[in-house]
Amino acid sequence: MSLDISAQQQLSSEKSLETELAKHKGKVIYLDFWASWCGPCRKSFPWMNQVQNKYAEQGFTVISINLDTEFELAQKFLKQNPVNFPVVYDPEGLLAKKYEILGMPSSFLIGKDGQVKRAHVGFFTKNQPTYEHEIKTLIENKALSTVH
Amino acid sequence: MKNKVKLTLLLTTSLVASGCTSLGVQPWERDLLAKKEMALSNGIDDSLDDHIYFSKEASSGGRSFGGGGCGCN
Repeated sequence: MSLDISAQQQLSSEKSLETELAKHKGKVIYLDFWASWCGPCRKSFPWMNQVQNKYAEQGFTVISINLDTEFELAQKFLKQNPVNFPVVYDPEGLLAKKYEILGMPSSFLIGKDGQVKRAHVGFFTKNQPTYEHEIKTLIENKALSTVH
Repeated sequence: MKNKVKLTLLLTTSLVASGCTSLGVQPWERDLLAKKEMALSNGIDDSLDDHIYFSKEASSGGRSFGGGGCGCN
């Protein structure tokens, strides 16, 4: 969130993600890679705010990773799309490389055990119920179905 | 001598095999590719060319790289 930004900038992207992950250990995490120039990312923001509001108290959080090379562009985007979840800045794409993302946006659902349970490339309005269902299932500590 | 040949062969093949791994634009770098200064050429030359294509071949556009999108297809 906006207060954390200056502190985060001083840390490396990998360290700040580690810190965020540690802070939310044991929770279901929706890890989202985005950039200000990416259209579907813009579309995903209201939804991410919504699920954050809905499930935060049940042991869930969104953590987003911004991949803009220019910090100002990310700030402008966040002004237009205020968020209620943490943002990690990765201008050099180190985390993007580490997670081997294939498109923008990309998201990873991490279960309570800290393991990545599902990966999504792109954000599709018609798949919103599926995304939410997966979050709910993981919050209930159940296994995701293999068919999706 | 044989060992040396083997070693050079091994070195060259490994270099050749990994030579192109760092090329290409990653999905998160597409914003840079879409920047104006990344266009292959610009200015009056292009507009003249475009005019010729437009009037002779009834085609236009396709010169630059469109930005945005999810980059997944």
